[in-house]
Amino acid sequence: MKATFEKLMLLDRRWVFLALAVVGVASYSLKDFQVPILVTNESRQIFAAIDELEEGATIFLSIDYDPNSLAELHPMTYAIMEHAFRRGVRIVITSLSTNGPGMADEAIRAIADSVRIDREYNGVMYPGREVVNGVDYAFLGYKPYPAIVILAMGQDFRIPFPADYYGTPLEELPLMENVRNLSSTECVIVITGTNIADMWLAYGQARQGFPLAFGLTGVSTAQYYPYLNSGQLFGLLGGMLGAAEYEQLADNPGLALDGMRVQLFLHWTIIIFIVIGNVGFFVTRKRRGAGGNV
Amino acid sequence: MKRQLPFFLVFVFGAFMAIQYFVPHKTSEAIYEFFIDILPIIGVFALALGIWSLTKVSVDKIRYRRENWQYAIFTLLGLFLMILFGFTDENWGFHWRMSPEVAGEGTDNPNFRLLFNYVMIPIQATMFALLAFFIASASYRAFRARNLLATLLLIAALILMLRFTPFFGDWIGLRLSETATWLMNVPNTAAQRAIVMGVGLGLVATALKVVLGIERDYMGRG
Amino acid sequence: MEFWNFFWTTVAAFFTLATFSFLYKDNPLYKIAEHLVVGVSAGFFVMVLWHTTLVPNLIDRLADGRWIYLIPLVLGLMMWFRFSKKLSWMSRYPMAVYIGIGAGVAIPLEMATKVIRQLNGMMRPIDWENFFGAGWLDVTAGFSGILLFVGAIAGLIYFFFSKAHTGVFGGVAKFGLWILMLGFGASFGFTVMARISLLINRIQFLDNEWISNAFDSSNEHYTVMYPILFWLVILGLVAYIVYEIIAYRRRGPEETAGTT
Repeated sequence: MKATFEKLMLLDRRWVFLALAVVGVASYSLKDFQVPILVTNESRQIFAAIDELEEGATIFLSIDYDPNSLAELHPMTYAIMEHAFRRGVRIVITSLSTNGPGMADEAIRAIADSVRIDREYNGVMYPGREVVNGVDYAFLGYKPYPAIVILAMGQDFRIPFPADYYGTPLEELPLMENVRNLSSTECVIVITGTNIADMWLAYGQARQGFPLAFGLTGVSTAQYYPYLNSGQLFGLLGGMLGAAEYEQLADNPGLALDGMRVQLFLHWTIIIFIVIGNVGFFVTRKRRGAGGNV
Repeated sequence: MKRQLPFFLVFVFGAFMAIQYFVPHKTSEAIYEFFIDILPIIGVFALALGIWSLTKVSVDKIRYRRENWQYAIFTLLGLFLMILFGFTDENWGFHWRMSPEVAGEGTDNPNFRLLFNYVMIPIQATMFALLAFFIASASYRAFRARNLLATLLLIAALILMLRFTPFFGDWIGLRLSETATWLMNVPNTAAQRAIVMGVGLGLVATALKVVLGIERDYMGRG
Repeated sequence: MEFWNFFWTTVAAFFTLATFSFLYKDNPLYKIAEHLVVGVSAGFFVMVLWHTTLVPNLIDRLADGRWIYLIPLVLGLMMWFRFSKKLSWMSRYPMAVYIGIGAGVAIPLEMATKVIRQLNGMMRPIDWENFFGAGWLDVTAGFSGILLFVGAIAGLIYFFFSKAHTGVFGGVAKFGLWILMLGFGASFGFTVMARISLLINRIQFLDNEWISNAFDSSNEHYTVMYPILFWLVILGLVAYIVYEIIAYRRRGPEETAGTT
């Protein structure tokens, strides 16, 4: 028994990698497996904020992430954009991370394609329609130094963005006619995995006081809960689970809900690794004597 | 003079910006807007330095045949192709700027988007996906209930990890979910709040030291 | 899916697998992918800066005769003297503008966000009537409110190192450390989910966009080239594995695995 665990403790880490890959692929193929998801209040708030808006209202969405966090954040962007467009809500979009404009551009094209199709959500039929640049959305693009750009957008979008991402002056976009700055939108939703979130809190929300919500990567979710509690944030989507909660609320299953069964089985794999590691640690420690701590 | 004037400027701009927040006035607002307008423009020049240094490092690597120099060719190739596509349209017409009248030029060039979507996204996303394997291996080797503190951490982590498990039946499953939500909203919020307030006080103290010229190392010595 | 679309998806799949090959060991394919992505990312950034910042915010405005924008141009160019030995002092002026404004703006706003609003959040009346809350571990219950307040104070006391952690003070600091550990544990739980998400996304990409399109004969553009491209990549993968097995047999396990 002890000898077995000693061997296990010295196992080449590539066997651990292989186990993870095999469980991942195998659980992915169980397409019908349902994972129960309890929708948290912090996710519901964001959904409700968009769901209760009148047709023609404008929200602001910042897509502040690079391809390295697309796994968790793209499903949020997709779900929120699709929900807003289906409800006839307009979106002003920016992207303040270096490779973010590419992500935003990709998401806009994908959702525009999706909204063309007739679909039913939560029992309501939404006929397909064309989403028009400058009318249904405006993609303003990127400027360097997020903190300063956020301050500037708090004054007037035209200060940092004389033209949109595609080179059209903001004056020529019908959507922007009545949208002067961040406070002229109904709410600001920021999707990011970096400290740009801190900048939105300090240089945006604290200065202008607009309603702010975050969609965050799992790694950074925990550290923004104090702002939720103090009311600086009205909602928060945390990682793939947060995205899955939104998809469930919007009745629009996407990549996040699809990934949850793999999450479940891979979480269990990791839990089993932790248990084996700990049992092995205690068994072999006794053998080495009380001093063995490594 | 060369040394003192920049610190004086830091003080003037810093004090102005801090006071402007409390005393919004038409003139001060206009000056404030002017500065937040020009800062990103100055920033572009600073960022260009970074790109220049990346190019120089890669070129030097090839020129002096440093270790793994062959791979630097791929860095330069990626950079060159993106810049080439970024200044042309799909019919290879040159455009130094983007305009609403032309389609498919600059960042809208299909080849430009192709490289981004089919080379950049998969590689960057997969490089980060490797972390899934590393965290599995780390949890196997390093995540030990050595003492009370480590055990507390482990228990909290396990509850979070079990929150969407259907295997224990509805009653336990729901309690696990609720416990996880409570952990996030109460102990975690308290812990993170202590950290946030500490960080906040540190940030403000540093900013004050910079504005008042007590902290000067950031400018470099000499 | 049209052929060229699928061709590029295959390129993406190839790079995905090439990057994953690092898990076995570092190899030339991984290095190529790694270096290529640095170049493409930098190139993307250059063009975004040019088309979306320099042109509209500087060049166009100067062309309109708004000469005040010569100020950022000059300050920006002064940045470039940073690497000159004789003239590097010039780069200090734009830096001074930058740091002065950044620090000045930060003082009131960071104070408001990270300290004052947090203190506000802590000062809430305790809900005595709903002390134990409704149901299991209620976030809005009175006891949760007390824990939220006491936990944050104890956490702050733990970070206060100017006084020795002994007696009552030490006890409170210890409680603070427990709360911090619960917080870090919760954070770790979320981090596991975050890392796994990254892997799931790649599995979804390989299956939804690559494998299923390689064999989707209902596609109107479908030709025999689709599966051929797919099998070429798989063949390359198998060839690499066989090569590694032969090399392993010949040299033995000369490379030992790391510890994490």
